[in-house]
Amino acid sequence: MTRTDAYEGLLAETVTVVGDGGDEIHAYFARPLGRGPFGAVVLFHHLPGWDAWYRATTRRFAEYGYLALSPDLYCRDGHGEPDDVAARVRAEGGVPDDRVVADARGCVDWLRSLPQASGRLALFGTCSGGRHAFLCACRIGDIDAVVDCWGGRIVVGDDDLTAKQPVAPIDYTADLDAPLLGLFGNDDKSPAPADVDTLEAALKQHGKDYAFHRYDGAGHGFFYDDRPAAYRAEAAVDGWRKVRAFLTENIG
Amino acid sequence: MCTTIADRHEFQGSAKGPDGWFTADHLYVGYDHPVHFDAEHAVSFDIVAEADGTAHRVAVELDPEAARTLGERLLAIADAADDYERTTSLHASASTNPAAR
Repeated sequence: MTRTDAYEGLLAETVTVVGDGGDEIHAYFARPLGRGPFGAVVLFHHLPGWDAWYRATTRRFAEYGYLALSPDLYCRDGHGEPDDVAARVRAEGGVPDDRVVADARGCVDWLRSLPQASGRLALFGTCSGGRHAFLCACRIGDIDAVVDCWGGRIVVGDDDLTAKQPVAPIDYTADLDAPLLGLFGNDDKSPAPADVDTLEAALKQHGKDYAFHRYDGAGHGFFYDDRPAAYRAEAAVDGWRKVRAFLTENIG
Repeated sequence: MCTTIADRHEFQGSAKGPDGWFTADHLYVGYDHPVHFDAEHAVSFDIVAEADGTAHRVAVELDPEAARTLGERLLAIADAADDYERTTSLHASASTNPAAR
């Protein structure tokens, strides 16, 4: 039974993690107070950058009882408001996949080294962050759960590959060794429902453990309660319930 | 990045941001998820001073139709500017060259 007089607390702060090439990258870290052991979540921010929604969502995972770490994947691209930095990153064709994978590996190692860590760990992301979560789960391995929320460009034609993103993440599907939860809006254009179908077919082909949920009347970013045009309350409430149940099942 | 439609160009001009006027050195154009515009995707252009970091930036997000209208109006004004400069230049040379009188 939940005790309403039980003590609870949460700590949130910026920290430094060693990422690609030994670079010190900054990250937002939130955790429950207490000795644990706690499961851990790495959050990959979306295209608009390392913004307030991601900080709030990092704290949300800490409230769920996890060690939650959101690295600033654009931290090498200058200071400024998140959308200003994101504009520069976008103009330069995004961040290189290899760098994101190496940064994520640093975050995974950092989280698992904490004395409060149980060792169980999930990756979570939305938009380009959903793509990064899927990509990193495939390429890093030894991940216990991955949540892809409407990750675009997992399914990519050869003519749309770039020097920074030279391989379509779907081509790594065989290497995925973690259960995958996918949440998608049926009105989304990136990924469009046909892209989700293609990814689902690849997961089936390789016998992967996955659960996809697709929401009618929802497009891209239906969790974003700071964006009235994108937010869909019913889909968001149901989606968050599914995320929490999935994490409870897989990382405690 | 949910599209790969993005370009970065060197650019010379001035723009006014929250901290006042600045000298711009780059122009970004793209089509991806907007930050503020009420649509899933938008055409964006940013006039920035990279030399000063990303803090100096004027950002615009608009739908493709509005982007075309803007592009057409800018081209029309640029053409008019070329005509004006050419005509002014001819008048100037006519007034300073006795042989042309």
